[in-house]
Formats: sequence, structure tokens, C-alpha cells
Amino acid sequence: MAIVFQKPKALTDAVLHYCPGCTHGIVHRLVAEAIDELGIEGRTIGIAPVGCSVMAYDYFRCDMIEASHGRAPAVATGVKRSMPDNIVFTYQGDGDLASIGLCETVSTACRGENITIIFINNAIYGMTGGQMAPTSLIGQVTQTSPYGRDPKTQGMPIRICELLASLDAPAYLERVAVNSVAHVRQAKKAILKAFKNQVEGKGFSLVEVVSTCPTNWGLTPDKACQFVEEKMIPFYPLGCYKDRTAEEAK
Amino acid sequence: MADKVLMKGNEAIAEAAIIAGCRHYFGYPITPQTEVAAYMAKKMPKIGGVFLQAESEIAAINMVYGVSSAGKRVMTSSASPGISLKGEGLSYLAGSDLPALVVNVQRGGPGLGGIQPSQSDYFQATKGGGHGDYHLIVLTPSSVQEMADLTSLAFDLADKYRMPSMLLADGTMGQMMEPVVLPEDTVDPETIPATKPWATTGTQMKRAHNIVNSLYLKPDELEKTNYERFERYAKLEKEECRWEEYLMDDAEVCVVSVGITARVAKNAIVAARKEGIKVGMIRPITLYPFPKEPLAKAASKVKSFLTVELNMGQMNEDVKLAINCSKPVNMCNRVGGMIPSADEVLAAIRKEAK
Repeated sequence: MAIVFQKPKALTDAVLHYCPGCTHGIVHRLVAEAIDELGIEGRTIGIAPVGCSVMAYDYFRCDMIEASHGRAPAVATGVKRSMPDNIVFTYQGDGDLASIGLCETVSTACRGENITIIFINNAIYGMTGGQMAPTSLIGQVTQTSPYGRDPKTQGMPIRICELLASLDAPAYLERVAVNSVAHVRQAKKAILKAFKNQVEGKGFSLVEVVSTCPTNWGLTPDKACQFVEEKMIPFYPLGCYKDRTAEEAK
Repeated sequence: MADKVLMKGNEAIAEAAIIAGCRHYFGYPITPQTEVAAYMAKKMPKIGGVFLQAESEIAAINMVYGVSSAGKRVMTSSASPGISLKGEGLSYLAGSDLPALVVNVQRGGPGLGGIQPSQSDYFQATKGGGHGDYHLIVLTPSSVQEMADLTSLAFDLADKYRMPSMLLADGTMGQMMEPVVLPEDTVDPETIPATKPWATTGTQMKRAHNIVNSLYLKPDELEKTNYERFERYAKLEKEECRWEEYLMDDAEVCVVSVGITARVAKNAIVAARKEGIKVGMIRPITLYPFPKEPLAKAASKVKSFLTVELNMGQMNEDVKLAINCSKPVNMCNRVGGMIPSADEVLAAIRKEAK
């Protein structure tokens, strides 16, 4: 009997701790598929953040390091500089990458470190129970913006791909989503490309994945996917924000 | 024996680190330690090493965390305010059982403080600095020669005990020039990772994945890691204490001092001896582990102790603890970048002898 669908080899057998309907599982799978397809598991080192995906080190079969909050790109820089032939990726949420770790994010991108960053943007701090994130939408109700995010006192949401696209050094920046089959397929392509770029020495690649948090958004998984389509994507347009690899290919 | 060379303390650290097989340096400019970075910036690219000026002290210590995870010898250096920023990283290094060298060339504080020499980060270095139950190996040099020698030792001990070590120098040690004989045993950096089977170097599909981590959500597991770590600390305390004794055989007054103040105190002791005062000195070289044993031994013979330090009495507390407050432990100190003169110390010794 032919096997038509199975778990990627780069994922362990550990049971994921994520909430029902959370899209971390999909993105983990896409990362693992990329690692499998490029045949790089044996030389890959992943860096887990602080946040919901803190225990990603139990889920990926490659060597893993757990970083302090926001510092994964600095840790990745150390690993990559000391072992340039290894493949190094970070997997970070919006609080980790776009708030406490923004300085490391921008500086690492600015140096054009040849690493891959998978950035999960679900507009909320999930692990601590649903506080306002730097990417929370205007009017979004969270535990720390109980009356809705007010731009006058809580500022505007930050668009990371657009911010980093203003830098010269990054090789590849793309924003994708995983709320529909079509979007998952596009996300797969982008994540694979972000790893392939590193294998080929093309430089800093970041894929922002617009994700869901049904638990803290207070929505069913289905409604959460709808929220992504109707509220998140209009503010965080999908697409490629920078691709120097395409320019170089011309 | 190798030739004597005239070097600045900060440069001696850098050269000794390279000899010890360190090929990765991450730092951020801050006075009075910047020469370490400047030396590394010149040297590393020429020997296939990595010098990277990080965007912050925080990023630098986390780059160190990454390289250490990969099993290589790695260091960063800074001065007091910068070390505060590295506090979180130090705790993570300790919690993940990672070896690394962190140099603190101390300046006066608190806050932005000043840029003149100080020993006021003693508590920060020996009692914590970051969160959680942990220790750093803390070595404190009193000459440019020791800046070099203790750098080598710091790397060796960090690897042996799988924990971060700190070279805690006062600003004077970083800035002064003295003749130094550099260590002769050159460590081949390529040989180090093989001794660290826990390192995240890639599985090569030949072993289960290694995880560098300090998160344990189950309290019994976290407790176990703490106990295990403190067993190593106990071994460290038993086997790695280092100190120097000076004229202690017949001493009735015991000076306790480190770094530049130990040098000043030596001059004062020589002068006091000429006046017939029986005074000697115990100079700790390791601050953690603290040399409690020689101090306790001295307590049975001397009338009193006198700590000479560049802070408001931080080491003084450890001396009191070491001798169980069995004798008076007085103090001669200056702070803010001021250094007591030999005459000031001599006056304090005379007071003890009365």
C-alpha cells in the first residue's frame, strides 16, 4: 500500500502542546518539510524563542537551542559565525521578534547574517495569556488593551517586513498566511526558499507568517481563520517585500 | 621560557585568550575595557577568528551563548554598566551549563558612575547579577601577568565545570602596562568541540538531537538541575580555591585585598614591618570560590583583619562570613574611582596594631 501522507522526518514524535486550531502546528510542519526536502537535518541548528513556541526544541529533530526572550537572532549569529557550513534558523513570535527583540532583529538583518528566520505574527502574546503585542491591531481587545488598542496611547501596530525592507542587507523578506489551503501552499514555497537561500549562501531571509490564536482571540479555529482573512491580511498584506536573490538572478 | 613583553592589561587578556584557543569575540565599546575589543578586531581576522561588534551588550552575551552552544571557546568583555546588561545572559549561560569567559574591567558606579577604577561589582560578580541560584567562577588579577594567566585558567575552569567564568579586574589592571610572559601552551581551537559531546554542532544524522536549554516546567526536574549544578559548585569550592599569602607566618594583623589595592597594601605592609608591626596579607585570586580556609586559619592567630577595597565593604562581608565574625574585620576603602594611597593604608594598619 502506498503512503500518500506522513509526518516529516525532521519532526520528532513528541505530542505538540499547542491549543486546538493554533497554526503553529502547520508552520512547524512546513519548516520540517523544508528541512527534509533540502536534506539538511543533520547540519541544522534551530533556535527556539520565549513564547508559545518555547518548546519547539522538543519538536524538531535537529539540534536545538533555547534562547532568552528576543535574543534568538543574536544566538543564531553566534552559531552561524562559528559554524558557517551549518544551517541555522530561528522560530520566533511577535512579542519575541517585534517587541523585546526588535534591536536584535533589525541589527541581524542589517548585517545580512546568512540565517533563516520564521516569524509568527498572531497579533497577541499567547503563552502569557493574551496580552497586547506590538502587532495587535487597532481596536483589538486583549488583556492589556481591555478597551481595544488605542493608537493615541498604545501606538500603531508594527509591520516587520515593510520595516526590514528599508534595509539594504536582507536577501529575502516575504509575508504569508496559513489560514487557507492556498495560503499554506504559498507559505510552503516561501519557507522552502528562505532555507534554500541560506544553503546557497544568499543571506538573511525572513518569512512572516500571519497566524492565529483562537484561544486568546476568543474565536473558534474556523472563525480565527476568517479573522486572519478579514482583519489581519488587510493590515498585513501578503507578498514578497524584498528578494535580492531574484534581482541577482536577472 | 618565552620573552617578556610590555603590554597593557586589556591587551594581555586578549592575547592570552587567543593562545587559549578562543577564536570568537563579541563586544560593545565601553571604557575602560575597549582595548580588548580593539586588539581582537585587529587580530581575529588574521587568524581565521571572529570579531563582531555587537549592537549591544545584550546581543554580545547572546552571541557568546550561541558560540558556546556550538562547543567553541568564546568570550566577551565589558565594564560595569555593560555587565549589568549582560546579567540575563549570564543567568542563561549558567542555567544551560555553558562555558564562556566574561571579562569585567570595573569602573565606579552605581548608574553611569564614572570611568575610573573600582571594585564595586564584587557583589554582582560573586553573588549573582542575574536571576536564579547560580555562580560564576570569579578570578581577580593583581598584575598584568595575572591578567594573562587567569584568562587561560578561566577558559580551562569554565570548560572543566561547564559554567561561565568571569575575570573581574579593576580599571587599573586594564589600563596599566607591565612586563608579561605570555602562556606558552597554545590550545588548538579545533580540538575543543570534540571534548563537548553536548554541543549543538548538528546531529549529522548519527545521534539524537542535542538541546541547549534552561527551561524546566516540571518543578522536580528543575530542582534536580539545581542540585546537580550545586554538586559541581561544591567540587569547585573544594578543589579550585586560589590565593596568595604574604608575610602571614607571624602576622598579628591580616590585610585582605585584591587587584590594585593589594599592590598598594603590599607597599604599606613593607612600611609597617619597618615600624615593627607584624602585618601580612591574604590576597584572594578566586573570589568564587572564596578562599575561606586560609582566612579561617588566620583567624586563629591574628588579632584583626583589615580589608582594603574600592567599594563600600563588599568583600568585607565575605571575610566576616569566612571567619564566622570571630575577630574584628575593619576596612580601609575609597570609592568612585579614588584609590587609597600607601600612606592611607599604613595609617589604617597602625590603627589595627594599637
